[in-house]
Amino acid sequence: MRLFQKRKQQDLPTFWKDYSNQFKDKLPVNINENQFVIFDTETTGFSFDRDRILSIGALKLINKNILVKESFEVYITQTHYNADSAEIHGILKKGKKECITEIEALEQFLSYIKNHVLVGHHVMFDVTMINEALKRNGLPKLKNQTLDTGLLYKRTLLTSPVLQKKEQYSLDDLAEKFSISKKDRHTALGDAYITVISFLAILDKLKPKNLGDLINKQKPPKFGL
Amino acid sequence: MKNTISERVADFLKNFPPFNILEGNQLQKLSYEVSIIYKENNSVIFTENEEPHEYFYVVHKGAIALAKKETTNILDICDEGDIFGLRPLMAKEKYKLEAKAHEETILYAIPIKEFKPIALENKRVGDFLIESFASNTRNPYSIKHSGKLYGVSNNTDTNPENKLLDLQPVRYSTNLVTCSESTKIKVVANTMTINNVGCILVVKKNLPVGIITDKDIRNKVFTGLVPITGTAKEVMTSPVITYPKELTITQAQMAMMKSNISHLCLTEDGTPETPAVGILSKHDVMVAIGNNPAVLMRAIKRCRSTKSLRSIRHGVMNLLRGYLEENIPIRLVSKIISELNDATIKQVIKIVIKNMDTEPPVRFAWLTMGSQGRAEQLLNTDQDNAILFEDVPKNKRKETTAYFLKLGAMITKELNTIGYEYCPAEMMASNPLWCHSLSEWKEVTTHWISNPGPDEVLLSSIFFDYNVTYGDKKLTDELSKHIFESVKDHPLFLTHLASGALQNPSPTGFFRDFLVEQDGAHKDFFDLKLRALMPLIDAARVLILSHSVKSINNTAERYEKLAELEPQNKEFYLACSYASKALLKFRTIQGLQHNDSGRFIALDKLNKEEKIKLKRTFKTIKEIQELLQVRFQIKNILG
Repeated sequence: MRLFQKRKQQDLPTFWKDYSNQFKDKLPVNINENQFVIFDTETTGFSFDRDRILSIGALKLINKNILVKESFEVYITQTHYNADSAEIHGILKKGKKECITEIEALEQFLSYIKNHVLVGHHVMFDVTMINEALKRNGLPKLKNQTLDTGLLYKRTLLTSPVLQKKEQYSLDDLAEKFSISKKDRHTALGDAYITVISFLAILDKLKPKNLGDLINKQKPPKFGL
Repeated sequence: MKNTISERVADFLKNFPPFNILEGNQLQKLSYEVSIIYKENNSVIFTENEEPHEYFYVVHKGAIALAKKETTNILDICDEGDIFGLRPLMAKEKYKLEAKAHEETILYAIPIKEFKPIALENKRVGDFLIESFASNTRNPYSIKHSGKLYGVSNNTDTNPENKLLDLQPVRYSTNLVTCSESTKIKVVANTMTINNVGCILVVKKNLPVGIITDKDIRNKVFTGLVPITGTAKEVMTSPVITYPKELTITQAQMAMMKSNISHLCLTEDGTPETPAVGILSKHDVMVAIGNNPAVLMRAIKRCRSTKSLRSIRHGVMNLLRGYLEENIPIRLVSKIISELNDATIKQVIKIVIKNMDTEPPVRFAWLTMGSQGRAEQLLNTDQDNAILFEDVPKNKRKETTAYFLKLGAMITKELNTIGYEYCPAEMMASNPLWCHSLSEWKEVTTHWISNPGPDEVLLSSIFFDYNVTYGDKKLTDELSKHIFESVKDHPLFLTHLASGALQNPSPTGFFRDFLVEQDGAHKDFFDLKLRALMPLIDAARVLILSHSVKSINNTAERYEKLAELEPQNKEFYLACSYASKALLKFRTIQGLQHNDSGRFIALDKLNKEEKIKLKRTFKTIKEIQELLQVRFQIKNILG
């Protein structure tokens, strides 16, 4: 295993190099010129080392426009199986869906996301899950910028003494706030859809000046002058 | 090809024509090619004379206004499931109207390239399109899809272009209430009552053979001509006067006048030999002509679903626009519009209660707070509301609270559906902090009044403008009484409330220039609400409370009452009353022009006259603030 982690740049597979090379280009400053990849993973549980990714769903947002056929959805063959969680997600170890191996899923995912900003609800969980999977396959971590709709949503709320903010807002909270149907909840692509609509509504509320401004908005507001 | 999202799209589209005619795999294929587009309020989808896009659009959520460019005269509003922008694509011509998001909207863009072959191949789809283009209605087949709800006129959009009324097709109720010839009169009357309709169609083998109206029952049954045990056949008016469904509003009016009848039966081809497709009542014609609050009021009260209420709300907005254009006094306008708003909320609550599993366990009142409570809500703005329910024994408290919280959550959700935004500070009956029993509310208000810190003052200033929209007035009277008594016991509260009223930032700077927002989404805009309206509103509240005057919530009316109570300051209070009316009108006009809440004003868009008008009110604001300072000796607590 140690050998894998120390693998040198030239030993990495071509698909990784292709992915990695795209980061030489800078992202556009203007938000509408950016492509955003909104994604979600379904996993067997919440443990980064013990649990595995069951499926990845992702959508591309280009200038407030989502092309249905450009969506991304893969199911991963399970070697590790946790019965409790599979029940929630309705994906059984050998479901009807066509499954591919973890490394194939990662390869397809990397070529889908390119250098675009990744958006997710509590996105760090999904990113870490993917990073763990990458590590298992001897690959480095994701290089993309990320945006968390959970953090951004909080910034749309008033800072008012009469409003008691929750510590965390779940995807269900957002779906209710923005009246998004919770159909397909707990499928990766279905959750990605709820996330993207929330993301668009949040953008409309926050009106960020440019990409950097949007990324900064995830931090809690500064007080004082 | 399909995926989770395309299935979701197909699932939506299959409810609306012409997509419901498509075969499963056609729909799947089409849905796969769709783009989902998000449009923020007021953003343009296409404009007049623009080259046609590669897509036509279906509204998934929100609403799209179609209008001639650069006018506020909306010709049509497309709601959930409506198609627009298709005709130019089929005819290969430029767009004739401008399409603009009327609120936050999600569209499905369907590529014409994929759709055209289907339309050519599937004759029924083609027919639908031809018919909808020809008759100018978006959904000529609505009767076939309208399910089993009765008696509610299917589309109550009022049409603002009343100059063209002669040429406009009527929209009629497609939810037919029918009976057979042998139906007993009592059953007929019951059916009419349940469905809240004034007329029922008698059918035989699906063809209309007679019609029974309230009048028939009065003239024939009550007079003793026909016994109550008789049948529909004995009381019906027959034969039925039928008309083709492609009737214009003027034609319909003429027909009713000619035969001196109040209901027309519309059939497939206009003869009684084809099945009836709808009933057109005088009321429908009136609604189509619109611009009549009484008609809108009745339409609201007849609504059985929040979705139909939503389209009536568009009618209310048109009425408001018309009033303002004709310069009708703002006090009268706000009275009428608030009544309509009130009725809408009442109807929503009625609908929700009906859908709850059980009746409310005890008496309760639905309170609207803030601007709506003050009857100053002319545009759809945020909802601020609360629930007050009767005290229950201790062992019932938990379940009763749970019931009302659930009720609150459902009502706020439905209000959101018809266009009231959620309150960003969660001051809504769905929040446990705003849903209490009478004794709990007494405790809460006593706490605010006896410990007037900044938060408590803020909360009281929002809550104390409550108004009962639905439910038991006695409960709120008791609460009001309690509040007045507590205020008397804690005179310091008024001082704090008055100082709260002075916390609003000033509208003008040292050189009498407008102060604009320095930061945030509204940078360089003038905040009309915070800097001009709030100081007046807050001051009126403190003063009226200090006089222990109950049940006047409207700011302008409060000042008028104050003028009466303090004759020595009469002139000044009347000026305040005038200023608050002028500002409200200003805000409403701004809001209508920009299709938003009218709160933030772009100063460079104002003309000289408007600016002068605004500034004139600022003088009054300054004076009322000085009055508060002196009267409640604010300096003592600030110093």
